[in-house]
Amino acid sequence: MCGIVGLFAKSPEVEERLGAHLGAMLGQMADRGPDSAGIALYRDPAPAGSTKLSLFSEDPGEDWSALGDATVHASHAVVVLEGEDAEARLRAGRPDMRIMSAGQRIEIFKEEGDPRGFVERFGLAAMSGSHGLGHTRMATESRVTTEGAHPFSTGLDLCLVHNGSLSNHNRLRRMLRREGIAFQTENDTEVAAGFLEWRLREGDTLQAALERCLVELDGFYTFAVGTADGFAVLRDPIACKPAVMAENDDWVAMASEYRAIAVLPGADSATVWEPEPARVYSWERGGDRAASPVAGPLAETGV
Amino acid sequence: MGAVAAEAELVDLTETPLRELNMRLHAPDPAPRWRVAHPSGAHAVAVGIDAEVEVDVDGHVGYYCAGMNKRATVRVHGNAGVGLAENIMSGTVVVDGYAGQSCAATGRGGLVVVHGDASARCGISMKGVQIVVAGSVGHMSAFMAQKGALVVCGDAGDALGDSIYEARLFVRGSVASLGADCVEKELRPEHVAELEDLLARSGVDADPAGFRRYGSARALYNFDVDNAGAY
Repeated sequence: MCGIVGLFAKSPEVEERLGAHLGAMLGQMADRGPDSAGIALYRDPAPAGSTKLSLFSEDPGEDWSALGDATVHASHAVVVLEGEDAEARLRAGRPDMRIMSAGQRIEIFKEEGDPRGFVERFGLAAMSGSHGLGHTRMATESRVTTEGAHPFSTGLDLCLVHNGSLSNHNRLRRMLRREGIAFQTENDTEVAAGFLEWRLREGDTLQAALERCLVELDGFYTFAVGTADGFAVLRDPIACKPAVMAENDDWVAMASEYRAIAVLPGADSATVWEPEPARVYSWERGGDRAASPVAGPLAETGV
Repeated sequence: MGAVAAEAELVDLTETPLRELNMRLHAPDPAPRWRVAHPSGAHAVAVGIDAEVEVDVDGHVGYYCAGMNKRATVRVHGNAGVGLAENIMSGTVVVDGYAGQSCAATGRGGLVVVHGDASARCGISMKGVQIVVAGSVGHMSAFMAQKGALVVCGDAGDALGDSIYEARLFVRGSVASLGADCVEKELRPEHVAELEDLLARSGVDADPAGFRRYGSARALYNFDVDNAGAY
């Protein structure tokens, strides 16, 4: 089953309370995915030349301060390290540590267990951000582990959440490994994330990479993809997996079900619709972060 | 108007459990009028009613609202999620906003009115229900439709009426594509009269003469090896 949520702030008030809103949305989707939960949040850009990393350690006694200036959230920590090769350096020095995300703005937290407990443990209510995605997981294709929880990072500042299941992920994983994409789990969504990473590396725009998913991926999916500046939504051509979107002057939201949107301020009077199948919807922030209005689905392509 | 209209029973779903609302609606001789507040996208609001009652829901509902409805009139003053009025037997279900996919699926009778758009698979496997959509419908609408009428004042998505039996489909706007065995048919005076009646009963303002009619070519009724690719 699984539940997915996404929220994009268009006002400073919503940015300020983004974590609280996202946590409330996630709580509504708890019974669609009681196995694990996770979020990706975009905020506090790292200084130029530095990389922000979200890290997970299975060791509850992990000494995060040894890595530098770390902000600890339950089993995760966010560290900003100098140099654009920070991710590779850390991977070499601490192969036991799991890097959940890397980039300038992205932070990913995810864990096994009940989504409502996750919201509490990670203190979502106190987090701000420009936009974020969340996921509650009911596992079908691979084991319930923290690594198998969503969002999956798909390269710098990119992430993917998925409701559905892919049936050709083993063949695609073999193909992508030959292309040099690394995988850490047997999870089907990680393959979709790796597929996007590969297409973007080959020069596709996000729009083109998502359209390529329609051709190459076999299975059911509603995807939400987070980028440094916004997010995109895609449903497979059959569109069995649910998705609903809503927008008002203060926010754009997507969720598996409307009840996750109903908890947002002003939801009653927002414009609500179901995204069409095989069509990419995306929202991006303009140059002027706080003031730029976001005009509907910017990029829409019928396939 | 003789006596003063009965006061509506007020049910606030932030205070009353949904199951209690549905049980009260299912009880013998329920109150004739109901007003439901704060549905907040809840699933299965006002399902399985078998009584001549009127239910007004103020807000958006989740899945399967007014499912299996018999005789009742259910009005949603908001949007509805997946499976609105699924398997409706009789009565009327009206949504002011949009309806999610599989609206009025397998419906056997009654009238379902959507004043906004309906999503994919509207009227899938309909078996006698009448559906009027003031906006547009998504792909695979009226898939395997067997009986009844689907009126679409806007556009229809891909594969309209795929594998249709005998339902009548009326579309005023464009049709992205027709499904297997669905063809355009002549709009005769009796169809214009039927449309006039349906639009009037739905409170939807549209010129009945402006529609095109689609229905079954009846080429898939019996197995024909030449049709193998269309099954």
